[in-house]
Amino acid sequence: MPITALNVSSTLARRKLGRFLTKRSRREKIRDIMRHENTWREKLVILVPYLWMLLFFLMPFLIIFKISLSVTEIAIPPYSPLVTFEEGAMQIILHLENYTFILTDEEGTYLRSYLKSIEVASFSTIFCLIIGYPIAWALSKCRPATRNIMFMLLIMPSWTSFVVRIYAWMALLKKDGLINDVLMALGIIDSPIHMLQTDFAVYVGIVYCYLPYMVLPLFTALLKVDYSLIEAAYDLGCRPVKTFFSVLVPQTKSGIIAGSMLVFIPALGEYVIPELLGGKSSILIGRILWQEFFNNRNWPLASAVAIMMLTILAIPIVIFFKVQRKQMEAASA
Amino acid sequence: MKILSRKISSSAIAKAVILALALLFLYLPIMTLVVYSFNESKMVTVWTEFSFKWYGVLVQDSAIIHALVISLTIAVLAAASSVVIGTMAAFVMVRIHHFTGETSFMLFMTAPMVLPEVITGLALLLLYVTLGGFIPVFADRGILAIWIAHVTFCSAYATVVIRSRFIELDTSIEEAAKDLGAGPLKVFFAVMLPALMPAEVAAFMLSFTMSMDDLVITSFIAGPEYTTLPMQIFSSIRRGLSPEINALASIIIFVASIGTFIGWLSMVRKQKRIAADAAKAQAAAKLERENAILGAIRP
Repeated sequence: MPITALNVSSTLARRKLGRFLTKRSRREKIRDIMRHENTWREKLVILVPYLWMLLFFLMPFLIIFKISLSVTEIAIPPYSPLVTFEEGAMQIILHLENYTFILTDEEGTYLRSYLKSIEVASFSTIFCLIIGYPIAWALSKCRPATRNIMFMLLIMPSWTSFVVRIYAWMALLKKDGLINDVLMALGIIDSPIHMLQTDFAVYVGIVYCYLPYMVLPLFTALLKVDYSLIEAAYDLGCRPVKTFFSVLVPQTKSGIIAGSMLVFIPALGEYVIPELLGGKSSILIGRILWQEFFNNRNWPLASAVAIMMLTILAIPIVIFFKVQRKQMEAASA
Repeated sequence: MKILSRKISSSAIAKAVILALALLFLYLPIMTLVVYSFNESKMVTVWTEFSFKWYGVLVQDSAIIHALVISLTIAVLAAASSVVIGTMAAFVMVRIHHFTGETSFMLFMTAPMVLPEVITGLALLLLYVTLGGFIPVFADRGILAIWIAHVTFCSAYATVVIRSRFIELDTSIEEAAKDLGAGPLKVFFAVMLPALMPAEVAAFMLSFTMSMDDLVITSFIAGPEYTTLPMQIFSSIRRGLSPEINALASIIIFVASIGTFIGWLSMVRKQKRIAADAAKAQAAAKLERENAILGAIRP
C-alpha cells in the first residue's frame, strides 16, 4: 500500500491513541487484566516453561520422597518397590526405617551433621554479611564510571570455575603453601599452621565463593538508600553505630534478607568445599548424602537425608521467595 | 567547613581501603594459581624456573580434551535452550501476570537457583532411573540427560536476566505495531526480540558458564563415559595438587576474564548510549518548552 497523507495521519493518530492508552490509570489496567481471558498463544507460552519445570523439577522431588519410603535392596534399581502384587493382592509398603534411623542412630552421625551444617551455614552467612556490607557500601558510593569497573572486577572471579577457585585455596592453605611460607619468612610463626582440612578452611572457601551473592543484593539495596535521612539522624545527634542500625539497616532490609538466603541455602547443602578444604570434623550433611549415595549405594537413605534437608530449608526458601516476589512486583509497578 | 571536608576524605579513604582489601582477597588466590602454572617443578608450591612445560602436558592429555569437548557440547546446547525457556518465562512474568498456577510458576522459576545441588542432582538421577524403565533414552544417562538437568537450573538464571530487561521495554511501540496490524508473533520477533537482544546474549553467557561450571548435579546424573571438565578436574584434585591442573585453571581464568570483560564493555557502551539519549531528549524538551513560552509571549 502506498503511503498517503491519510495513512500517515491515521498512524500518527493511532500512535497518539496508543500513548494515551498506555497512560490509563493503574486501576483501570488491573480491572482490564482481571477481565482478560488468556488466549491460546499465551497459554502455550505459559505451558512450555511450566511443563518443563513440572516434569524435571517438581516430579523428581516427588520421586525422592517416594524412594525415601523404601529400603535398599540388591537389585536394579537398588531399592524395594512400594507397590507389589502378590496372588492378586496389592500391597503398599511404606518403610519409615530411613527416617527413624536418621533420628535415632546410636552414633548420632546424621543429627550431628545436620546441626554442624546449620552451624557452618549460619556462621558463613554472618561472615559474608560482615565482609560484604562494607564492600557493597563502598561500591555504591563510587562515581558511576569507577563503580562500573569495580563492579566488573568484583564479579569476574565468580565467572571462573568453582572447582578452580577451591583449588586455588588448597594451594594457599597447605602446610607448605604460600600463606605459611610468607608468615614463616616474616618470622610471625616458627612452624607452619595446620589450616587445610579444618573448619577454618571451610569458612574461607564458603565466604570466598559466596561473597558475590551477598554483595550484589546489598549493593542494589544500598543504591536506593536515601542518604538525607542519615544526615538528618546525624543532625539530631544520633551516633554512627545507632544511625547504622536504625536508619541504614532498615532501608536495606530486603537486600540483607535476599543476600543471606542466597548464601545460607546453598551453603547448607555444600559438598565440594567441605570435601576439598574440610577435615574429618567438617562432616556436613551434603557430604553424608554423597557418601550414602556413591559409597554405600543406599539410595533410600540418601533420599531420606535429602527430604530432611529440604524440610530444614523450607522456611528460608519461602522467605527468599517472598522477598524476591516483592522486589519483582516493585520493579514492574 | 573544615570538619565537613575532613569527613568526606576519611570516608573516601575508607572506601578505597575496603575495595582494595576486597580485590586482594578475591584475586590473590587466583593470581598465585596462574603464577605457579608457569613453574617448571612438579611441586606446585616450590618455585624453580619459568616454563610452559605444563601447558604442553595439558594439550596432550586426552582425558581432559575429551571432557572439554563433552562440556562444551552440553554448555552450548543447554545455554541455547535455557535462553528460549527463559524468554518465555520472562514474558509470562512481565506480560501475562494473572493465570492459574501463577505462584507455583514463580516458585519453579526461582527455586532451582538456590536449592542445594546435592538435592537437585539426586532428585534428577532418581527421575531418570524411574523414567528409564519406560523410556530407554533416559536409562543411558548421556548428553541428553545432562542437557535436561542443565537447562532446568540454567533457565531459572536466564529468566532473571531477561526479565529485568523485559520490565524496561516500552509497551507503546508494541501497541503501535499491533495497531498497524502486526500479529503477536510478528510483534515479538520484530519489536520485542531486538530490544531484548542484550539481555538474551547476557543470559546465554550466564547459562553457558553455569553449565560449564556445574560439578555436583552432573556427577550424580552422568553415566561413566560422560565425564565433564569439572568432574575431571575434581577427581584429579582429590588425588592432590598438580601443576597440570594449574595450567588448565589458568586457561579457564583467562578465557572467563576475557568473556566478562567483553560483556562488561558492551554493557557500559549501552549505558553510555542510554545516558546520551536521555540527555538529548532532555535538551529537546527544554527547547520545546522555551519555544512554547516564546510562542505564548509573542502570538
